[in-house]
Amino acid sequence: MDYFLDEQQKTIRDLARKIAEERILPVRAELDEKEEFPWDIVKDLADADMFRVFVPEEYEGLNGGCLELCLVVEELSRVCSGVAVTYAASALGCMILMEYGTDEQKQKFLPDIAAGKKLSAFAITEPTAGSDASNIKTTAEKVEGGYLLNGTKQFITNGGEAEIYTVIALTDKTRGARGASAIIVEKDTPGFTFGKKEKKLGIRASATRELVFKNCLVPEENLLGKPGLGFIQAMRLFDRSRPGIGAQAVGLAQGALEAATDYARERVQFNQPLITIPVVQNMLADMAIQVEAARALVYAAARYVDSGAKNVTEESAMAKVFASDAAMKVTVDAVQICGGSGYMRDYPVEKMMRDAKILQIYEGTNQILRNAIAINLRKRKARTA
Amino acid sequence: MNIVVCLKQVPGTTEVKIDPQTNTLIRQGIENIINPFDTYAIEEGVRLKEKDGGKVTVITMGPSQAEAALRESISLGIDEAILLCDNAFRGADTWATAFTLSCAVKKLQQYDLIICGRQTIDGDTGQVGPELAEMLDIPFIAYVGQIEEIKDGYLRVRRMVEEGHEILETTLPAVITVAKEINVPRLPSLRGIMKSKSAKIDTWGIRELGVEESMVGLPGSSTQVIKIFFPQRVHQAEMLEGNPEKQVDTLIDRLKSAGLC
Repeated sequence: MDYFLDEQQKTIRDLARKIAEERILPVRAELDEKEEFPWDIVKDLADADMFRVFVPEEYEGLNGGCLELCLVVEELSRVCSGVAVTYAASALGCMILMEYGTDEQKQKFLPDIAAGKKLSAFAITEPTAGSDASNIKTTAEKVEGGYLLNGTKQFITNGGEAEIYTVIALTDKTRGARGASAIIVEKDTPGFTFGKKEKKLGIRASATRELVFKNCLVPEENLLGKPGLGFIQAMRLFDRSRPGIGAQAVGLAQGALEAATDYARERVQFNQPLITIPVVQNMLADMAIQVEAARALVYAAARYVDSGAKNVTEESAMAKVFASDAAMKVTVDAVQICGGSGYMRDYPVEKMMRDAKILQIYEGTNQILRNAIAINLRKRKARTA
Repeated sequence: MNIVVCLKQVPGTTEVKIDPQTNTLIRQGIENIINPFDTYAIEEGVRLKEKDGGKVTVITMGPSQAEAALRESISLGIDEAILLCDNAFRGADTWATAFTLSCAVKKLQQYDLIICGRQTIDGDTGQVGPELAEMLDIPFIAYVGQIEEIKDGYLRVRRMVEEGHEILETTLPAVITVAKEINVPRLPSLRGIMKSKSAKIDTWGIRELGVEESMVGLPGSSTQVIKIFFPQRVHQAEMLEGNPEKQVDTLIDRLKSAGLC
């Protein structure tokens, strides 16, 4: 399918693919096995200007939008979804800053993120606030000299590895979610420590940790936008970042489809290659349909976000839900086609199947997102009724 | 420091097929790439510049398509690129190629170090680097695995030899050819690729170099390719009979009678 990408978008996609194939492919199994954070690859991505893609030009970026980010994430995820999420999480970590930060704040933090010298991360989830994201307990009390943070964030991608964190905390705990604010916290701020590195089912090259704040004093100028808007900022952020998870799913499913097709061409049973057997052909065709449909929806949603549309909640939720469900199904079928071999760690598809599951869970579970889509359906009907 | 890197665009495969009718290489459908050994030369040139400053110029002789290789080198950090392209250059052997390159280097006037890959993957001769040094009348060191020190007029390198290495010193300017041990070539960057797309590339022909047609290309070559062919494959196998001792005796007899031991 031709998605009519422009010259620069093709250049970005092609270089991301080259890095994925030349630098990530040779080490992906090892990164997964050892659950090792891919610093060497982060450096390769930085040297290739990949972290500049999502940053505005005036802060040493390349001015790309949601679609450009999706193209990179898709290509990285085609080879290793754990590396892809590490990259994407750094974009997520500075998106509120890019949207609501002052010029001074952007000048301070963005050039280093664009250069890949520093990774960033986004922190909203807490032990009590998963799908019920507004139920956060971490506080940021206004004191002399800034905000005093106390509380624990959970399951934070790039936690411990990133230098710059956007943290959603309550600056007014009497107002619940309406008292939440987005605050930048730098690593090595006194009172800011990390919990243990989580052991995960998949995306094991990525780092997931708790962030622990104990009387952590953050300067007042690290507040992003107005106090009390943190929760809304976070919800709007996810609306614009979800196509990225969709792209991660598309890349992962594409990788699994290719691996299964390669296997089906080579594997001979009943004196014929698997790929000549109708039931296998049907499975592969269904996988290909899912991948392409997911890609079309993800790119369309990304372009819609880039168009500057005000409300993209439904479209980006659809892209994330459809693509992640497709990735789960496609990777399960890829293991099925590869049979006993596919179940073994010598083949890449079992890793892909493990990596796929999180896509249905993070950045809004697919159930929560279906709720959001249904709420919009109701609202529209109510308006026209 | 002014550094010059010489590169060649080659077919991206080592399994080039030959047209049996015309005895020429079939280039259709084969992607052209920068000669892999030359990528180490590019990387080393760019690293030296990043460390000590200066300028890296890349030169290639080839058809107009070779411009793609030059643009790729710019995406990897090369500052300037010159394409030596002229119908008169066609059919050049290593001698005529080195002569043409030497004319281009002289035209640049300022050069401290010239870096070439150790050989190409299509011609495989490894001759152009040393010939270039001869024609410029400057020192030459092959198979450099590490540049240990470089400063005004002085170079110390580690040269790879079969059972170890040698440390050599020389004055500059000089020509070196580099081995793959010297570095790990980088991937291009997005900003580099964007810069390379709009970069100006100078094209020099015999007029710009001020040379006669008779000195370059086929007329300027000492050797000519008369014919390219696949050697005929003859399979002759003989199974030796008997126990291992008898087989060894028979084998030694055969080798002796064939004059091989």
